[in-house]
Amino acid sequence: MGEVIKAGSWVQIYQVVLPAGERAPQVPEDTKKVPLELKVKGFLQEEAELGDEVEVKTVIGRTHKGELIEVNPPYEHQFGKMIPELLQVGPQIREILREEEV
Amino acid sequence: MAANDYNSVMDRKNEIMKKAVGIDYERFATGDVGFDYERMMSEVGYKLEEIIKIQKETAVGQTPFIELKNITKLARKLAPAGKGARIFLKDEAANPSGSYKARRASISVYHAEKEGYPGVVAATSGNYGAAVASQAVMRNLESIIVQEVFDSRGVGQPEILEKGRKCEAYGSEVLQLSVGPELFYTFLRVLEDTGYFNASLYTPFGIAGVEPLGYEIVQELQEREGKNPDAVIITHAGGGNLTGTSRGLIKAGADDTKIVAASVDLSGLHMASDHDFNRKSFTTGHTGFGVPFATWPDRADVPRNAARALRYMDEYVTVKQGEVFYITEALAQIEGMERGPAGNTSLAAAFDLAQKMDEDQIIVVQETEYTGAGKHPMAQLNFAKENGIDVRNGDPDQEEAGKSVIIPEHPSQIKARDVDLEKLKRSYLRKVIEETKVKEVKEIDLEFLADEINKSKAETKDILEKEFDLTVLGG
Repeated sequence: MGEVIKAGSWVQIYQVVLPAGERAPQVPEDTKKVPLELKVKGFLQEEAELGDEVEVKTVIGRTHKGELIEVNPPYEHQFGKMIPELLQVGPQIREILREEEV
Repeated sequence: MAANDYNSVMDRKNEIMKKAVGIDYERFATGDVGFDYERMMSEVGYKLEEIIKIQKETAVGQTPFIELKNITKLARKLAPAGKGARIFLKDEAANPSGSYKARRASISVYHAEKEGYPGVVAATSGNYGAAVASQAVMRNLESIIVQEVFDSRGVGQPEILEKGRKCEAYGSEVLQLSVGPELFYTFLRVLEDTGYFNASLYTPFGIAGVEPLGYEIVQELQEREGKNPDAVIITHAGGGNLTGTSRGLIKAGADDTKIVAASVDLSGLHMASDHDFNRKSFTTGHTGFGVPFATWPDRADVPRNAARALRYMDEYVTVKQGEVFYITEALAQIEGMERGPAGNTSLAAAFDLAQKMDEDQIIVVQETEYTGAGKHPMAQLNFAKENGIDVRNGDPDQEEAGKSVIIPEHPSQIKARDVDLEKLKRSYLRKVIEETKVKEVKEIDLEFLADEINKSKAETKDILEKEFDLTVLGG
């Protein structure tokens, strides 16, 4: 038994919009082999567990159904590690600007 | 109840669109191939003065206009004596949602409010989503943004994740989709379900909203330097920025300013490929949109695209991903401005073009965008490394989209590479002929096609007869 997630929680759901066999005719082969998937966030309407089919209400009041995949879905994009390949740029161009006019 | 499978929904496309944008495009049709573009722009859109007034209500436009003195000085150090045009920058990041797209959204959202639509929907993975969301907040409308975000592994492109976050920050419902052009299918279903306004990037509203940008550049430069810009360089994807800005320049009287389009070179990557999706470091402003939209603008989400870049483009250049990262770093390091990739694509190209122009000439980079986690070079280059892209210093000419990102070893390696416009104009004509199956070109069609490819009727007639074997009546 997984953890019970309370109704009213902010969650993310997942659904398949178009299964692999029903993709648009013009998509390339690699894309044709996978489904068109959708993720959307909203308030959970009834208590449930991760993996359950649930209904959510979005911030603008629309409802969507799908598999419950995340509670308080995070934003995980970040800056990350320093990129050494860029470190030379600043000192290099400042040096060029300082060079005496010929 | 209507069927909701892919083909059934696509079959209802025109009917859904008509309701969602309120424009009857058929009434602008002329001849066998064309339509009356100027009549569409003037009858559907708003006048420049009205647009400026509407945009003032939501704090759009009148952004700072900045001379990049150190970047200009750097360009002159690398240029032959007497060369090195002054580089100016329009700081569009100062718009409410952090990019020029606020201009584009402002008129659509105003129109939606005026026409009594309860909300607006936009299909976009770019800054446009945040712009629509922000403008909608200011006019008390709901907004829904449909994005293409992640591949089949569930991995999201950092720049698009950031753009989605920003939409949610403004209270939008964001529908995050995996890779594929069927985003349009989901978009149509949302329009049908909600009855909201289609805040398409490509209606006359979206394009006319950009005209003040070109207008402001001429006004500012006339005031400061008493002259028009010699060249304006515009990052090119769907063509709306280029079209709107050029129209504004012309309305301000700058007819002889050279219009240069710039895109990041992503040739070789397929835009609808699940595999290629996360192997690019730029999600817009690249050739994957720039070339197809220039050669066939009506591929857009409205029947007649108001963004028609080939009508205005005098030159089209590309730059490499690594060069844009270099110039982004340079803008921060010697101008004290940290900005995002969109405007910096043009800046990279301008840096090289300025070195070929005279010292007393002026080249204007007409946009910047905000930056931050996801959009920043660090985020993008870390992401590239995680996806197996070879990131290194070297000669950017060796860069291969999807395989490597090569940061120049020296600023003299930054180059604007010419795209053959003549070839693009011919691809456009080929596409028109294919789509319309036209055999005989009437006078009115010839006029339309000549405007479309920015050539005289005589030249256009010549190409159609000699290269495409068509009969041209009149001309």
